Amino acid sequence: MKPKIAAQSGTFESSDVIVLIEPLPENSGRKIEISSSVMHQFGASFNRIVVEMLDQYELTDIHLIAKDKGALEPTIKARLETAIKRSLDLQEGTLK
Amino acid sequence: MLNSLGREIPEYIEGIGKLEPYQGALTKLRKGWMDEPTIPAPNKAYLPHQSKLCKTLEEAIIRSNPHNGMTVSFHHHLRNGDILLVQTLTILHNMGIREITLASSSLNECHDPILPYLKDGTVTRIFSSGIRSQLGQAIAMGVLDTPVVIHSHGGRVRSIHTGKIQIDLAVIPASAADCEGNATGSHGKSAFGSIGYAVIDARYAKQVIVVTDNLVDFPCIPLSISQNFIDHVVLVDSIGDASKIATGTTRITNSPMDLRIAKLAADVIEHSGFFVPGFAFQVGAGGASLAVAKFIREKMKTKGLKGSFMLGGITSYCVDMLNEGLFETIFDVQSFDAVVSNSLLNNRRHIEIPAALYANPFNCGCITNKIDVVVLGALEIDVDFNVNVITGSEGKIRGASGGHSDTASGAKLTVVVCPSFRGRIPIIKKRVHTIVTPGETVHVLVTERGICVNPAFKELEENLRRAGLNIKEIHDLEIEVDQITGIPAPLEYTDKIVGIVEYRDGTIIDVIRQLKE
Repeated sequence: MKPKIAAQSGTFESSDVIVLIEPLPENSGRKIEISSSVMHQFGASFNRIVVEMLDQYELTDIHLIAKDKGALEPTIKARLETAIKRSLDLQEGTLK
Repeated sequence: MLNSLGREIPEYIEGIGKLEPYQGALTKLRKGWMDEPTIPAPNKAYLPHQSKLCKTLEEAIIRSNPHNGMTVSFHHHLRNGDILLVQTLTILHNMGIREITLASSSLNECHDPILPYLKDGTVTRIFSSGIRSQLGQAIAMGVLDTPVVIHSHGGRVRSIHTGKIQIDLAVIPASAADCEGNATGSHGKSAFGSIGYAVIDARYAKQVIVVTDNLVDFPCIPLSISQNFIDHVVLVDSIGDASKIATGTTRITNSPMDLRIAKLAADVIEHSGFFVPGFAFQVGAGGASLAVAKFIREKMKTKGLKGSFMLGGITSYCVDMLNEGLFETIFDVQSFDAVVSNSLLNNRRHIEIPAALYANPFNCGCITNKIDVVVLGALEIDVDFNVNVITGSEGKIRGASGGHSDTASGAKLTVVVCPSFRGRIPIIKKRVHTIVTPGETVHVLVTERGICVNPAFKELEENLRRAGLNIKEIHDLEIEVDQITGIPAPLEYTDKIVGIVEYRDGTIIDVIRQLKE
């Protein structure tokens, strides 16, 4: 799918993550920037989750920035899903 | 060699000497005396009406026989507002003095500016109860060749008695002092309350400088530090940043998590069997720990129960409880705000005590021995109830031993309060990174997810179960938390030892190894 607009979700609070997404021109590929207060301890799983989510929505040309302050896995997934859906203009209900 | 907690301790460290492994919290005390001899304190002589006043700190230092390899000591009653430690080391550095041993009762963020002196050989050894911020990071990364020694507040007194720390120069900031060096922290524009940690330095240092920004007419009352131990007196514009000396640590937290933990901890105390008339109580000044005092205060009022004394780091919250008649007395080794200073100065039931009386294990009884209930925090705790308050989850040195192990060893009920995880890092571990307080002195852990009782204390567990509290086996809670957070990748260390952690009796309870970059 093609992201339509720049979107964000989440906060800078402890135990949360802020996710920013912007569309890139076709064939630019994925540009992913992750920073985390627990990079050493959980960086690998964070990267894996991001790639899986982007694959799931078939997002290829995208710039994603995630700044994490120790969010749990369900929080990370929820924030990613929200940012992705917002950028695809697919959001419904409270996501809108 | 292994100590009794299974930690590998070297027999000898260059620059430190022979190490004795920890063998149990009370093992050395059972004997009734300390084998290590006490070194004599220096005897000095002054002529009648000889002046001690120096125009500048530099002049006082020059008069104090500065030399390579000297040990310089400080107290940390000015907390993060201290400026004199950095000033003193800068003066010594500019004089070309090298290989200084820094023996501060603790180190804070405000001491980060001395980091270049660790790198250039001005400071080569450190004794302290706490190290934080950039210093903690650099030391964990191995900036010093000789490991730092982390001691407790009580253990520091012992180390000075035995000559492990031999102070050449003590610099003692005071918020009021007179021309002879009688000094106190209980009044003046930079008031910081009790000066308890500096008393032993004044007694034992070869040279003692009192520095004040408030030179009062002789005599300065109270004589928290007395003139018969003071060599030089300096009047300066400021001894520190007043806004940071009395930081607002006494506000009760409004974090729902901390309040939840505190409420549970208060329930634990109420039903422990130790919440009885005349009980003695100590809480820390931080987050959940202080909030426990709020709930205990309510419970005491509801039950009409009055306690005996409060001890320790004293906050305005403790002072309120004293003034309400909930406790008879406060013993104050360290005070946290202006209200406390006023109380210390004006209320004779609010008593200033030196570190030796507070927590030194080798005397005829420190006051921590009389505690019934103490509430303490933790950076990590393991399934054997060992507590880490010195190294963070990222492997840096970022905390303080302080009175943690002293009070835990003395209390009938040691309650450790902490969240089960912080910022995705589980706090309950199979094995803590660094042991500061041994599990045998910790009775109960209170987290938001459940209460764990040390299996050595069956009767306590029985009491708490009967009260209907949510008791969990600590191994079960550890697994439960891991399932929520995921299992963090372990940190990597080299074999180099960058810090040793002394238990209060002088034995070595753990070592800190160098963090890999």
